[in-house]
Amino acid sequence: MTVKLTASALAIAAVSATSAMARDNVQVAGSSTVLPYASIVAEAFGENFDFPTPVVESGGSSAGLKRFCEGVGENTIDVANASRKIKDKEIKACAEAGVTDIIEVRIGYDGIVFASQIDGPAYTAFQPIDIFNALGAKVVKDGALVENTNKQWADFNADLPAADIAAFIPGTKHGTREVFEEKVMVAGCKAAGAYDIYFAENGGDKKAAKKACYEVRTDGVSVDIDGDYTETLARVDANPNGIGVFGLAFYENNTDKLKVATMGGVAPSTESIATGEYPVSRPLFFYVKKAHIGVIPGLKEYAEFFVSEEIAGGDGPLAEYGLVSDPELEQTQSMVSDEHTMGSGS
Amino acid sequence: MTDASVNSSEPRRKVSLTETDERTKRRNAAEARFRMYGIAAIAAGLVFLVVLLTTIVSNGTGAFQQTFITTEVYLDPAKLDKKGQRNLDDIKKVSTFGYAPLVQNALLKEVTDAGIETPLTKRKHMKALISASAAAQVRDFVIANPDRIGDTVEFRILASSRVDGYLKGRVFRESVARDKNIDAEHLDLVDALVPLGVVKKEFNLDFILGADASESRAEQAGLGVAMLGSFFMMLVVLGLSLPIGVATSIYLEEFAPQNRFTDLIEVNISNLAAVPSIVFGILGLAVFIQFAHLPQSAPLVGGLVLTLMTLPTIIISTRAALKAVPPSIRDAALGVGASKMQAVFHHVLPLAMPGVLTGTIIGLAQALGETAPLLLIGMVGYIATNFPEGLASGFLDPNSAMPAQIYEWAKRADPAYYERAWGGIIILLVFLLTMNIIAIILRRRFERRW
Repeated sequence: MTVKLTASALAIAAVSATSAMARDNVQVAGSSTVLPYASIVAEAFGENFDFPTPVVESGGSSAGLKRFCEGVGENTIDVANASRKIKDKEIKACAEAGVTDIIEVRIGYDGIVFASQIDGPAYTAFQPIDIFNALGAKVVKDGALVENTNKQWADFNADLPAADIAAFIPGTKHGTREVFEEKVMVAGCKAAGAYDIYFAENGGDKKAAKKACYEVRTDGVSVDIDGDYTETLARVDANPNGIGVFGLAFYENNTDKLKVATMGGVAPSTESIATGEYPVSRPLFFYVKKAHIGVIPGLKEYAEFFVSEEIAGGDGPLAEYGLVSDPELEQTQSMVSDEHTMGSGS
Repeated sequence: MTDASVNSSEPRRKVSLTETDERTKRRNAAEARFRMYGIAAIAAGLVFLVVLLTTIVSNGTGAFQQTFITTEVYLDPAKLDKKGQRNLDDIKKVSTFGYAPLVQNALLKEVTDAGIETPLTKRKHMKALISASAAAQVRDFVIANPDRIGDTVEFRILASSRVDGYLKGRVFRESVARDKNIDAEHLDLVDALVPLGVVKKEFNLDFILGADASESRAEQAGLGVAMLGSFFMMLVVLGLSLPIGVATSIYLEEFAPQNRFTDLIEVNISNLAAVPSIVFGILGLAVFIQFAHLPQSAPLVGGLVLTLMTLPTIIISTRAALKAVPPSIRDAALGVGASKMQAVFHHVLPLAMPGVLTGTIIGLAQALGETAPLLLIGMVGYIATNFPEGLASGFLDPNSAMPAQIYEWAKRADPAYYERAWGGIIILLVFLLTMNIIAIILRRRFERRW
């Protein structure tokens, strides 16, 4: 019994000891798309500053923002990475937990590409309408919406190969899915004329019409991937006809296994995304808790370092890895150094 | 009556022991078939094992070697210490971005001195060959030895992961055509530099002892910090689960009255042993992090979660070991006047110790390889980067663990990380094998049979 008592006493002592400890490293969590960039910055930060290397966890934009909004204090994270803008709902949740001053930092843009197995059929040119016709829950036939029964790409576009449709798209918990829906599905939906039908069906409700456009078929042709791009790659690797949705940086690291398709006639590259020619891209963000600046050593320096010219600029390591650098980087830099929070007017 | 008539109608068959009849043949054949099934099952198992081990070894051995570039870097005072006063604060102001050109120049000089003909004649062209870690390596050296500024110092720096992949047969000329990180000319240059000894593939101790690296530097990543994370977690597991588990077992086995309540406890312990580990992960997240406010991603929390998971294993094996000690030992001890506690601690427990330790080691080995609960308490990501500074920071600073680090590497985009994940598996397997061998030796050496 004495052994047991000492053991539990030890555990309690350990617990109480921790609450007295001060945290000296920046803690970051959130989007798995931003993780590679954040890890590159964290590594360079640890090398060049006297602060310890920040800790970057992944888990998705929503999970990261949820933890970010848990409150203020050493037990909460300092920075949330997100591959989408923070939602009003999340700002509200943050405010309720006492996280009111949030600095929003846009680090650049990320391209989303459609790629297939290198030895597979020649999927080299897509239009959004092709993706919609292949994956939408309903397609337009003779001016009316019918269940999508397209089996092969050539069924609706003779220019595409006569290969079975098999698509691996990001699951709904990914920020990438939203971009896929907004920039590809809705665009294709509008081009196919389905949007107008949905619009009329829903009595002129734009939101409902868009939502209907988001819907993908559920007969197994389109597969949601809840893991990360490595899983998508494995699925595409196993299926010569498969088309996967990847981030540009991931594709560029795996050009020996994947070939990329153009969208709307434009090949994805950091240049074509920067100019806006390639349509499927999205901004990447991180959010900083202002209340932690000055409390957690190195937090502000980390944020400033992240958007500095030598890191996030056109020749920096982030651009090299696949980030499309932000043309308005200078504004972001001054915003971070002024600790300009959201909602305080610009 | 009918029985008799049946017997009498058929004459009794003559059976000889030397002649095998139909039925015996069938039985023998059935037995032979059963043996064949057994051998086939073992063979199938062996085939799987061989396939598994060859895959692991063939995929993973590459990670233990790394391509290095040996070059002499001129530490240019005009770049590194503009004021020329050798003031450490001034020197520190030059970031790694200021050091990268020096390293690239050094390699370019190496190429031109050797008279290699290549279209790559600019300093910037060398960037694709050199790991980004080289600049940090040189900077660390300069900060540690500011008096060497102005000298030319030989460095052994890492080659980039693409060059490394080329020498290991992972990157091919055909595939680099569309790779924007490296061109075929770079590979030609590497081919020319290898015979000169500038580019060399060597054993890479940093893979075993080093820290994790970011996604753009697969060549620099190592398992060392994650190994320490696992080590501190195992300390927590051992320090908590061994005393708690042994005390629980002794009480339940030797002292507890047999009633419904203790029955309930026993059933629950057996049930807990079968609970999936991810459940303990969620529990850990809710109790240790959200309620008790222990730090995220800390080996202490990981250890606590794994303790919960290991406890049932230890309790069950300890109770089995205690049960195996014959009652005569207890009776004899009590008979000469020992108290019950003396009988247990002086006689029963020492005899049961080999069994207890075996169970503990196997429980620890199980905990060492566990990943799922660690994912939930934030031990994956870019975490294992700083070596802990001391005992307290080892327990409390964010860290990863070996299996979680392997999982993390397998997820990353650069194929070089995939190779490192396999390499990590080899290290993990070596650990598990060692622990199991220790358990076997303990059992063989000290276990008594009655």
